[in-house]
Amino acid sequence: MAQRIDVKDLNIYYGDFMAVQGVSMTIDPKSVTAFIGPSGCGKSTFLRTLNRMHEVIPGAHVEGKVEMEGVDLYGPDVDPVAVRRSIGMVFQRPNPFPTMSIRDNVLAGVKLNNKRISRSDADDLVESSLRGANLWNEVKDRLDKPGSGLSGGQQQRLCIARAIAVKPQVLLMDEPCSALDPISTLAIEDLIQELKQDYTIVIVTHNMQQAARVSDRTAFFNIAGTGKPGRLIEMDETATIFSTPKEKATEDYVSGRFG
Amino acid sequence: MTTTASPPATTRRRRSGDTERGMSRVFRWISTAAAVLLLAVLAAVAVFLVQRGLPALTASGEELQTAGRLPRGMTHLGQLVGPLVFGTLLAAAIALLLATPVAVGIALFISHYAPRRLAAGIGYVVDLLAAIPSVVFGLWGGRTLAPVVADVWVWVAGVLNSIPGLEVRATATGRSLATASVVLAVMILPIITAVSREVFLQTPKLHEEAALALGATRWEVVRTAVLPFGRSGVISAAMLGLGRALGETMAVLMILSPGLLYSFQIFDSGQQQTIAAYIANQFPESSGLAVNVLIATGLALFVITMAVNMLARWIVARRKEFSGAN
Repeated sequence: MAQRIDVKDLNIYYGDFMAVQGVSMTIDPKSVTAFIGPSGCGKSTFLRTLNRMHEVIPGAHVEGKVEMEGVDLYGPDVDPVAVRRSIGMVFQRPNPFPTMSIRDNVLAGVKLNNKRISRSDADDLVESSLRGANLWNEVKDRLDKPGSGLSGGQQQRLCIARAIAVKPQVLLMDEPCSALDPISTLAIEDLIQELKQDYTIVIVTHNMQQAARVSDRTAFFNIAGTGKPGRLIEMDETATIFSTPKEKATEDYVSGRFG
Repeated sequence: MTTTASPPATTRRRRSGDTERGMSRVFRWISTAAAVLLLAVLAAVAVFLVQRGLPALTASGEELQTAGRLPRGMTHLGQLVGPLVFGTLLAAAIALLLATPVAVGIALFISHYAPRRLAAGIGYVVDLLAAIPSVVFGLWGGRTLAPVVADVWVWVAGVLNSIPGLEVRATATGRSLATASVVLAVMILPIITAVSREVFLQTPKLHEEAALALGATRWEVVRTAVLPFGRSGVISAAMLGLGRALGETMAVLMILSPGLLYSFQIFDSGQQQTIAAYIANQFPESSGLAVNVLIATGLALFVITMAVNMLARWIVARRKEFSGAN
């Protein structure tokens, strides 16, 4: 189920502007990889290129390769829609569909493309996805209520349930806890630890303690100055990055002596 | 003197929570006045309609026939207002049925499919459509469209007639309710398109990205994120359009060959008439009680329009819980 991702010499552009330059990395299956770095260093942009979500912005394009199990996601006959189906995403702010019930939110991805699903299969999927997101016990009695009525942390877990309901191979998380309180953050972090048994997880975070707590490997991105492209400075085991990084910039950043 | 902070000499008493002053207060008065003015105008129209329509409502059958100039064979007002209301609703409903899908399609194309420059151009053309006076639409509909579309109606009627139990007539002149409704549809298209487009453009990026990240195609993004979000806006837009279709006068007057029947023969002439066109048609030759009769029909139109708008608001409010406003 979980698959590895190889990125080779990836440059990311918005129109003529180069946002991220020369990133090469390997993301291991069934592990948590964290991206850290200052604001504007291109880590979110880079995350979005992993499932081609950055293409929503007109003029965005990439050079280089992103391979999942050897298949180039930017190959000429690869459909971005198919890429996004196998690489799910959780966003910074919880975004359940406001017009749908909790149940329909979970099933939203499955029902796309007019896929037929029997009532009992749907019930099973709703339960297993919500259990997978540690939300089942809180919402099992109100599955027909709107998802927007939940608390922020619950909404975010609903979004995770929605993402895993389509059985992706990789789960991308773009600062999934930045809009949540500490208790909800803890719930999501526990969930990430459980999810990595089945999925490859990539998480962008501004919170270095969070990166240290949840991730197996950490990548540090930095930017030389405004208008310059972001770069991958260093990527290693999380413990190494936070104790004995090779680069001085990394050490400065993780120890708070940034800039 | 220097240590004790003495309270200001004149503290005007304010209502609790009233912190307005200066421009803020002026603006509040201006906006309140605008709202009151609107209500006052509406009330004035309502009072006028009731006051001037009342003589027709209370007059006897004989008076109505002689002084009220009711069409031959009619002895009370309902016999006139009924078919007019029926014709008005039928014409407006058909127009709405034709215009709404097209308008939503155009709005979606502009907001989510067209390249930016093309979208701007199309939006401009649609807005231009709204600037054409209804007299021109009437001329075009009666002179150009009617003869052309008559052939289509005759053909449609022929097809429908092949269904057993149906008897559909079509006029060769094209001066039928169907033609009038097509022109009405063109006339209400801009307003429905413009409002729908604005609503669709306001779909939160977050929701669209949520759909995209689940592997949605563009149509699926529209279906799961854009249309549910814009639903109430589209209904409001359609009701604005319906309001215009209900009250449209000149275009109907210049196209439709009128009749006063409860008839679904929309391809035939001399079947239906709308309230507004009837008033415009009769008014120049009317005086005394006949004017009261016309105003009474106008009162009926007023009531219909209000009822339609209240219905629309009820539809929008019914699913408020799921609207995303919470």
